[in-house]
Order: sequence, then C-alpha cells, then structure tokens
Amino acid sequence: MSTHVESRKRRGTHIPQLAPLSFTVITMVLFVLFFVMPGGLGLYYAFTDYNGVGSPDWIGLENFANLFQDEDFYSALLRTLTYTALTVPLGFAVSLLSAWLLTHPRTKGVGPARVIFFLPWLVSPIVAGVIWRWLFGESFGLVNYLLSLVGLAPVSWQSNANLSLAVVIMAGIWGGMAFSMLLFIAALKNIPQSYYEAASIDGASTWQQFWRITLPLLRPTSFMVVLLSTIAAMKEFALIISINGGGPGTENYLMVQYIYSTGFERARIGYASAASMVLMVLLLIIAGIQMRFDKGAEYE
Amino acid sequence: MSTDTTTRPSADTTPRRRSSSEPRRWGPVVFQTAALWIMAFAFIVPLAWFILSSFKPAGELFRYPLTLFPENWSVEGYTTAWSRYDFALYFRNTAVVAIVTTVLTVIVSAMTGFAFAKYKNKWLKVFFICILATTMLPTEVIMPSTFIVIRDLGLYNRIAGVIVPSIITATGIFMFRQYYRSVPDELLEAARIDGASEMRIFWSMMLPLAKPIAFTLAIFSFHWRWNDFIWPLLVLNDPNLYTLQVALRSIVGAENIDWSVLLSASVISIIPMAFVFILFQRYILNADLNSGLKG
Repeated sequence: MSTHVESRKRRGTHIPQLAPLSFTVITMVLFVLFFVMPGGLGLYYAFTDYNGVGSPDWIGLENFANLFQDEDFYSALLRTLTYTALTVPLGFAVSLLSAWLLTHPRTKGVGPARVIFFLPWLVSPIVAGVIWRWLFGESFGLVNYLLSLVGLAPVSWQSNANLSLAVVIMAGIWGGMAFSMLLFIAALKNIPQSYYEAASIDGASTWQQFWRITLPLLRPTSFMVVLLSTIAAMKEFALIISINGGGPGTENYLMVQYIYSTGFERARIGYASAASMVLMVLLLIIAGIQMRFDKGAEYE
Repeated sequence: MSTDTTTRPSADTTPRRRSSSEPRRWGPVVFQTAALWIMAFAFIVPLAWFILSSFKPAGELFRYPLTLFPENWSVEGYTTAWSRYDFALYFRNTAVVAIVTTVLTVIVSAMTGFAFAKYKNKWLKVFFICILATTMLPTEVIMPSTFIVIRDLGLYNRIAGVIVPSIITATGIFMFRQYYRSVPDELLEAARIDGASEMRIFWSMMLPLAKPIAFTLAIFSFHWRWNDFIWPLLVLNDPNLYTLQVALRSIVGAENIDWSVLLSASVISIIPMAFVFILFQRYILNADLNSGLKG
C-alpha cells in the first residue's frame, strides 16, 4: 500500500503523452530506415540509370519500357507465377490433410508423425535445397536409382527446365508445410467436438463433416495460410539458388533471383529497382484480392 | 481416461475425442492411420537419405548399387568439412547474429506491442497499420535499394549490417500487442497511482508478465536468423564474416560440388536448430500461433 500520491504530480488518470513515443521510437526509426527509405529510393531509382556508384540520372520510363521487352524478365515472372500457382494450393492441401489426420481421434500414432512433419521446419532453405538436389541428382540420385531398379530410364531432373522446377516445388512444399500445419492444428483443435457429434447423430459421413463443418470453420486460418504462403512463394530465392541455381541455364530464374542478378551481378540498380516495383505492385494486387475474398479478415 | 461428452459449444482446447458410445469402426481407423504414416514416410525419406549419406565415405557415395545404410560408417566428410572450411568461425558469426538480433527483437517488439495495446493515439493507430503492411511487402523484393541504404549507413560488410535491419518484425509486434490487450487496464492504473513511471511499469511489470510470448518469439526469431540467407549474402563480403548459410552456398554453388563435404557441412549446420527443437519442442509445437497471428 502506497500513499505517495500527494508528493507527486497526480498521474492516476492522465497518461504522459510522451510515453507511447518513447516505447515506439526505435521501431519508428528502423521502420523509416529499412522500409520507407528503401521503398522511396527504389521508386526513385526505377526511373534512373543508377549503377551503384556516382549519381543517378533521371531517364523517365526507359527502364520500364525495356523491362516489358525483356525476355528474361518475362521468363522470371512467368516462372514465379507458375511456382506460386502450384506450390500454394498443393502446400495448402498437404498441410491441411496432415493437420486433419493429426487431430482426428481415429488416427493412431500421431505423436511421432507430428514431429516428422515438423522436422523440415528446422532445415534452412539452403540445406533443404542440398537435400533435394542430392535426392534428385540425375546420375547419382536416389530417385533415379529407384526408377532404374524397376526398369525405367533415368529422368532428367536437372537438365529439363520443367522437371527441375517440379523438384523445387516439391522441396518448397516439403520445407514450408510445417508452419501452415501448426496453424491448421491450432484451429482444428478449437472446433468444438459437439458439432461433429451432432452431425454424426444426423448420419453425416466423415467426408460431409469435413466439407460442411471443418472447412467453413477454418476459413480465417485458410485465408492466413494462403496469404502467407503466396508471399513466401513469390519471394522464393534461397531454395532455388541451392537446388539448381535457377538452372538449367537461366530458365528457372525466379523474380527475386532475377532482381539479384541484374542489381548486383550486373550492377544495374536502376533497372533492378524497376523490376522490384513491378513485383511489389503484383504483391499488392494479390494481397488486395485475397483481402476482398476474406470478409472475416479484420485485425481488430 | 475421461470421456467428456458434455462439451459446450465454446472453444475446446483438448484434442477431439469421440464418446465411447459410438460403435468402433476399424476401417476408417486403419485407413487414416495408413494415410498419415505414408505421408510421414514421404516426409522423412529425403531427410533420412541425406543424413545417412553424410556418414558414407566419399568413395561409397556414388557406388552402385546404392545402399540405404553406409557399408562403412565414416566421419571422413565431417573431418574434411571441419578442417577445409573454418566452420567454428561461421558458427560463431551465425550465433552472434542470431542471438543478438533475437534479444533486440524481443525487447523492441514487446515495447512496441505494449504501446499499441495500451495507449490510444491517432498516430499510433496509423503506425500500427504501417507495421502490418510490412508483412505484405517483404523487403527482399526491394533489395537493391535496401542494399544502398545499408551501404550508405556504413553497415556494409559488418555483422551489424545483418542485425540492425532484421530487428523489427510485424509478427513479433503483433503477438505482443494481442497479449497486452488481454492484460486489464486496472493493473496499469494501479501502478500509475503508485507513482511508477511508464518505463518502470513496462520493465518491472509488463515485460515479465509476457514471458510466454517473449519465449515463443525468441524461438521463432532465432530460427529465422539462423536460417537467413539473403541479408548475410548481400551485406557480408569478407569470408571471415560469413554466416553458415552463406558459407554453405559457396560450397553448393561451386563448379564441381564436393558432395561428401557438402552433406556433412549441411548436417553440421542443422545441429543447433535440432537442439533448440529438442529442448523447446513443447513450446514450438503447442504455440498457439493463431492467437499470435490473428486477432
């Protein structure tokens, strides 16, 4: 019990105006330095011929005009969209299925299985790349060896661009699934058991229960998973660097790798910034569409 | 074993259990368990093949027929990796980055999350939206200009250049904000009446209160930073400052990959994360991520 009130300024009801500022000032400085400034500078560089040294010269829309005629850019953009369009739904299905099996009372042996599903989370994208590259080596990989055992010809997992991307997709799902699975597990556990009991008394099959009860109730989590995994897929970089370096050749360059190689290996900061801005706008559009779809997505 | 048949429609945090009155049907049990284990098998094969291969002597790695287990277990790859590359140094660099960033991330996220939860100002609201927007716009996407900013701040080729830009995370701030919103305002009011300053209230009362959140965020932040690749790649030029991921990339990106060394080196790099997982498995697998990421 303290009665020092009278000796001090009365603070009981009024909150010092500077307090919230002192709590957030570090975040503000870092936010301005590493989000606002790169964003603003990037927009500015996109209209210049900046190469990292000297002063940038304003060249108007030239970068964008060149970009839209740049085959490498289109190829990287298309590859990124393909990768995202395949990884996101497949990853969604795999993580939801595993979470559903893990939380369903009829499934046995969930403890060790849950740990197994989670192990890829520990592995960095670079190491995940090493693991899958090793598994799908054309002349030495386990997969081609097993195919040869059943009399099949070795598959060109590295020299064929599409198959090479397929390996990246598998690795991406394998490596990125754990987090979505955890989100789904938490949400599934929050669905009251009584809903299922009532449904099964009414004679609903497990399949019907899944479509009519589970899936609708998972809507907010599903939205979150799709949004997060779309963003993650659009900026994939380390995994593909490690699996095939964007190869064969440059056929599997994804957007971030394209930006990296134009910006840093060829020192065309201005041009790379223009590509960044295009990717940024694309991400904004995707986020906007998904926000519209999910009416329950409020942060309050 | 208690079977709770009187479940209320409110949220139930225990795993679903069927009431014992339902007749046992073995078909679905077998089917679902088989499905689960086939999936689990598919998930563990890549990892198992990778780890077992790392214990094969270099000569055995490519010798047909391939065998699952090494014929002669060997740590040759490990000793070569350790002696040819300065792994002790890469470990130290990565540990410094991961630990320092994590400590700063937890403190800064807690302070910011606290402010967002407990003060009502217009500018705070606007700033909160700005922070949320950063999850939609990852900085990897604008790395050319981010790199220029880091360079002009004099952080290029310094460990600090990897640490400072990674401190703020919307996820961390959001986790703390959600948590502090559930702390009653009366607690704050009481402390204010006692004459404690806002900073003191935060450090001596609010921060200790949020220990579980701090803990979860610390594990995740450590994981993000240990496995991070893109910023160390951009910022660090001197091989003496390389983190593990950048060092591994230089092995995998080589013209002729030395698989024996690469496999062992990769396994070594996972060991710390494996320890974190074994020690904190409970916190990671049970982290109620929904409450952290969603309102």
